Amino acid sequence: MPELDELYQELILDHAKRPRNFRVPEGADRRAEGFNRLCGDRITLFLRLEDGVVRDAGFQGAGCAIFTASASLLTEAVKGKSEQQAEDLFRRFHALVTGHADQAQMETLGKLAAFGGVSAYPVRVKCASLAWHTLKAALSGNGAPVSTEE
Amino acid sequence: MANVVSIAAAAASLPWDVEAVRADFPALAQLVNGHPLVYLDNAATAQKPRAVLAALENYYQRDCANIHRSVHQLGERATEAYERARRTAQAFLGAAEPREIVFTRGTTEAINLVAATYGAANLRAGDEILLTGMEHHSNIVPWQLLAERTGARVKVAQVNDRGEVEMEEFERQLSPRTRIAAFGHISNALGTVNPVAEWTERAHAAGAVVLVDGAQSAPHLPIHLSALGCDFFAFSGHKVFGPTGIGVLWGRAELLEAMPPYQGGGDMIASVSFERTTYNRIPYKFEAGTPHIAGAIGLGAALEYLQTLGMARAAAYEQDLASYGAERLAALPGVRMIGQARERTAVFSLVVEGVHPHDVATVLDTEGIAVRAGHHCAQPIMDRFGVPATTRASLAFYNTRGEVDRLAEGLEKVRRIFQC
Repeated sequence: MPELDELYQELILDHAKRPRNFRVPEGADRRAEGFNRLCGDRITLFLRLEDGVVRDAGFQGAGCAIFTASASLLTEAVKGKSEQQAEDLFRRFHALVTGHADQAQMETLGKLAAFGGVSAYPVRVKCASLAWHTLKAALSGNGAPVSTEE
Repeated sequence: MANVVSIAAAAASLPWDVEAVRADFPALAQLVNGHPLVYLDNAATAQKPRAVLAALENYYQRDCANIHRSVHQLGERATEAYERARRTAQAFLGAAEPREIVFTRGTTEAINLVAATYGAANLRAGDEILLTGMEHHSNIVPWQLLAERTGARVKVAQVNDRGEVEMEEFERQLSPRTRIAAFGHISNALGTVNPVAEWTERAHAAGAVVLVDGAQSAPHLPIHLSALGCDFFAFSGHKVFGPTGIGVLWGRAELLEAMPPYQGGGDMIASVSFERTTYNRIPYKFEAGTPHIAGAIGLGAALEYLQTLGMARAAAYEQDLASYGAERLAALPGVRMIGQARERTAVFSLVVEGVHPHDVATVLDTEGIAVRAGHHCAQPIMDRFGVPATTRASLAFYNTRGEVDRLAEGLEKVRRIFQC
């Protein structure tokens, strides 16, 4: 039986209650929207890039605790990352929440490792990964809204 | 309504042995995440009694054959069982004749059938279809599609703060152009019981035909079509403790006879040639192709089971759960109930302040409590109350006061975890 406090870790509850970077960053030049049809999670993600590096990130939207904390921690984690590094981070994060991450990958995730408990709750993987899918859309810059139902 | 209430009151004096009823439902006796299952998602689908499982098994093990065409013994048995299910549905609804019972895939298909046949044949540009603000998507979208095809307009009787449509509002939205009025008997999202007999009377006076979506009422109230007065009534098998993929459309014989067919195929024809095809009589005109034979037989078994239990007694027992639950849950700090209709069933649409319904449902699931989190396929009513989603606990006659207590304790745990 999965342990509930593995899913709702302190760090996640904290970011869910007080999301960081819950704002539209000044000078944002990338923007993408994401939507989770199942539970109605909704996000608009904003980025400011300089020379291919994320200098600022923020989001608006509403959703469950896993979603909100994930979006909040994402905006912290991608600052200073190149597009390539950000996408690579998403790959490792996705491996984590789907239960496929190895020890080496876990160690490189920092605070994001708090989402390790999600893998025991398959229906919640979408909540954890919506902001990241939206990040990918913002970076690729095609502007099409992202849905977790793809 | 008065009639139903008095029957319920008389039945209430008989004891309801809930433990004996629970023993009929094998799925209820299991542990989920180490706790005895508390199944409170009955508005989504209901669990199945042994009688239904046995009927399905008997059909597949003994009587498996196609119907209405086989001369052999198995074909005869299958046809008899399928048509017996139709007569059972007729009796369950108090319909005049078995031929008024059309088997469909469920409520959704039943409503689509009426929209695509009666609607397409009778609606013109400028005509109106009247719905209410608390309809399930399946009683909205088929009418929008019909409106697009015909140029008719969809009008909506709005919901008040308690989660009711007031009679004045209903009448205000009726007009001489209203051709069809379609509304739910009970709201799946709020549990509101609508005064459908009174609405039907008003709609008829305006010249409209009335469809009642009975998906949420057939499992919880005794249905007497003559008391409702409507022209069409739809319900789903899986919500009345029967199989998925089967449901019933009841329609007045004269309306069904005048309607064009829905789908073309085998069994719905009288004769076919490339020059001219004539259609079978009702209800077969609307049952093209090999139907869900096992499903219909299983549904028949479910309805027979309900008749044995007694729907009036079941309704009286559920009313006790509804008032106990409303009181118990309203007393919880930080928990708000959406929908406070004066007439309601044991459906609780809850908002835990500061916690998303999806998180509520996950915490409850770890306690073995199954609820629904989301918009319940009724987005307009969620918008009406300004919430994207709710946590919905929907009870049936096999639930207990003890399970309501488990839910209340689960909600207290939610608030402890999220510290609100």
